[in-house]
Amino acid sequence: MNIGKSIGLELGQSTRFAFGEELAALGDVFPTLVVVDGDVGNSTRTEVFGKKYPERFFNAGIAESNMVSMAAGLALSGHISVASSFAAFLTCNAYDQIRMGVGFPHANVKLVGSHCGISIGEDGPSQMGIEDLALMSSIPQMVVLAPCDGVSTRALTRKMLEYVGPVYMRTGRPDVPVIYKDGAAALEIGTANRVREGKDATIIACGLMVAIALEAAAELAKRGVECRVLDMHTVKPIDRAAIVAAARETGAIVTAEEHLLDGGLGSAVARVVTEEAPCKMAFVGVRDTYAESGKPEELLAKYGLTTAEVVAAVERAKR
Amino acid sequence: MIPNSSVPASNPSAVARSIRKSLLRMVHHANASHVGGGLSIADVLAHLYGGVLRVDPSRPNDPERDRLILSKGHTAAALYATLAERGFFPSEWLDHYGEEHSPLTGHTNHLVPGVDASTGALGHGLSLGCGIALAMQRDRRPARAFVVLSDGELDEGSTWEAALFAGHHQLEGLIAIVDYNQIQSFGNVCEILDLEPLADKWRAFRWQVVEIDGHDHDQIAGALARLPAKAGSPTVILARTVKGKGVSFMEGELLWHYRSPDGAQLERALRELDDSP
Repeated sequence: MNIGKSIGLELGQSTRFAFGEELAALGDVFPTLVVVDGDVGNSTRTEVFGKKYPERFFNAGIAESNMVSMAAGLALSGHISVASSFAAFLTCNAYDQIRMGVGFPHANVKLVGSHCGISIGEDGPSQMGIEDLALMSSIPQMVVLAPCDGVSTRALTRKMLEYVGPVYMRTGRPDVPVIYKDGAAALEIGTANRVREGKDATIIACGLMVAIALEAAAELAKRGVECRVLDMHTVKPIDRAAIVAAARETGAIVTAEEHLLDGGLGSAVARVVTEEAPCKMAFVGVRDTYAESGKPEELLAKYGLTTAEVVAAVERAKR
Repeated sequence: MIPNSSVPASNPSAVARSIRKSLLRMVHHANASHVGGGLSIADVLAHLYGGVLRVDPSRPNDPERDRLILSKGHTAAALYATLAERGFFPSEWLDHYGEEHSPLTGHTNHLVPGVDASTGALGHGLSLGCGIALAMQRDRRPARAFVVLSDGELDEGSTWEAALFAGHHQLEGLIAIVDYNQIQSFGNVCEILDLEPLADKWRAFRWQVVEIDGHDHDQIAGALARLPAKAGSPTVILARTVKGKGVSFMEGELLWHYRSPDGAQLERALRELDDSP
C-alpha cells in the first residue's frame, strides 16, 4: 500500500491483526472475557485469543444470529463477551439480535467486525462492510469505534473492554500506515484526536481515511491552505465539542470515511454542525453504490476515496 | 445457593387458574395482547415457578439463579401474571400492563423483576439460552437455562442455529419447552409451515425429546422433575397444548390469538375458570 508514503508514514499492521494480538494480550487483564467467532477467526484474528485461551473461545459456526444472541447470553451470565465476524455478516445478518439482545438490555457485549470498507479488495462487494457504521449507530447507546491504525486499535481494544456496555468496533483487512508512532495510550472513547493543526479548514476522518486526510493536508499546505485533521475514532458518541471548535475556528469541514455516505461519520458530523455551528461542509465516502473486486488502492481510487478527492472536497468547502 | 422454591407445587392447577384469570383481566384492561398463547402455556409456567426453577423473588438478580427466557415474548402477560403470583412484584402492577410508565410492556421486558431477557422478536430466545448454558457449563456453575418457545417461532432459522450449537456442545443445562398449540398468527401450523415430524427434527439435532400433554399436571411435573432428560444432551419438552385453554369459546380458535375480551366475555371466561375443577 502506498497510502501515506508521500508524507513519510511507515506501513504498519492492519487493524484486524492489531486487534487480535491485543485481545489475546489482555486475556489475563480481563479474566471474565470470553470470545465467540463466526468461523472466521483466522480472518478476524480472534484465533490468537482462541489458541491462548481455548477454554474461553467458542466457534459458533457460520451462524451470526445465534452467535450474537449467545454472546448476549454469556454477558447475562457475568462475562465480558466479544463476538466477531466480518463487519458485513455481523452487522447485517445479526442486526435484529444486536437490537434485541445487545442494544435494548445494554448488554456488556463487544462486537468486532473485520473487513470493513472497500479496501478488502479482490473478494468483492458481498464481503465489504460499507454500511456497518450506519447500522451500529442506529442502535441506541451503542459505542461505535473506527480506529485508523494498529497502534490506536490496540489502545481502543483495551478501552472497549474496560467500558461497561455495548460497543461495536470495525477493523480492516490491509496493512495500514502508522499514525500513532509515539503511542496512543492517551486516546479516550468519545474524544477526537487532533493529528494535525490548521486554521483554514478541518478534515474529520476515521479509519484508513485518516492517513489519506493527512496526505491531503500536506498537499493543501503547499497551496497555502492549512488544514486541521481530526482522527474521529469514535463515531458514536461523537465528539461534539471538537466538531463545534473546528467549525468555529476553521470555518469549513470535510469528512472522509471508508463507508457509505448515508448514516456514517459524515452524517453524524453534519448533524452536530447543523445544530450547533453551521459552516460549509463537503463529504468523502462511498456514494450510493456497491463496489466491485479489484486491488485495494485501485478500488479506493475508483470510488473516490483518495488524496485528490479530499483535496477537492476541501476546496469545495472553502469556496 | 438459592433454596428450592418455597411455594408448594402441590396445587399447580390452582396457580394456573389464577394466572389465567390475571391474564384475562390484563388483556381486557389493556385492550391489547395475545391471549390464546398465554392461556396455552399457563400450566407449564405454574409448574416452572411453583418449585422447578431455582429462583428467589427477594433476589431476582442472583447470579446463580436458574434463568427463564420466554422466547415467545408476545405472551408476556402470562409471565407477568406468574411472576406476580410468585411474589417478584406486587399484583397491583398487573393493573397497569401495557400502560405508559409501567415496566410491564406488551412484550417481555428485562426491566421487570424476575424477567431475564427482553423478547418479542421471535427466534432469539434459544440462542440466549445457549449462551447462558454455555457460560454455566464452562464455569461449572449449576444454574440452568429454560427457554419457552412457541411453535410458530420454530419457523425462524436462528432457532435451528441454536439447536445445532446446543446439540454439538452437549449443553445439558439448556431446556427448551415448545408450547405446541398448533396455531400461529395466521392459521394452523400444519397448513402454514408444517413442523412435523417435529420430535425427529430435534432428535436429529442431538436433543433428548420428551413429549407431554402440556395441560396434564402429572405429565408436566414428571418431565420437569427429570432434567436433563439424558446426561450430556440438551432437553426439549414438546408440550402439546390447546390455544386458549380453559375458556371454552377461546379454545382452538385462531380469532383469540390476538384479541381482547370485552366486559361480558371477560365475565363469562372468569366464571368458567372458577367453575372448572
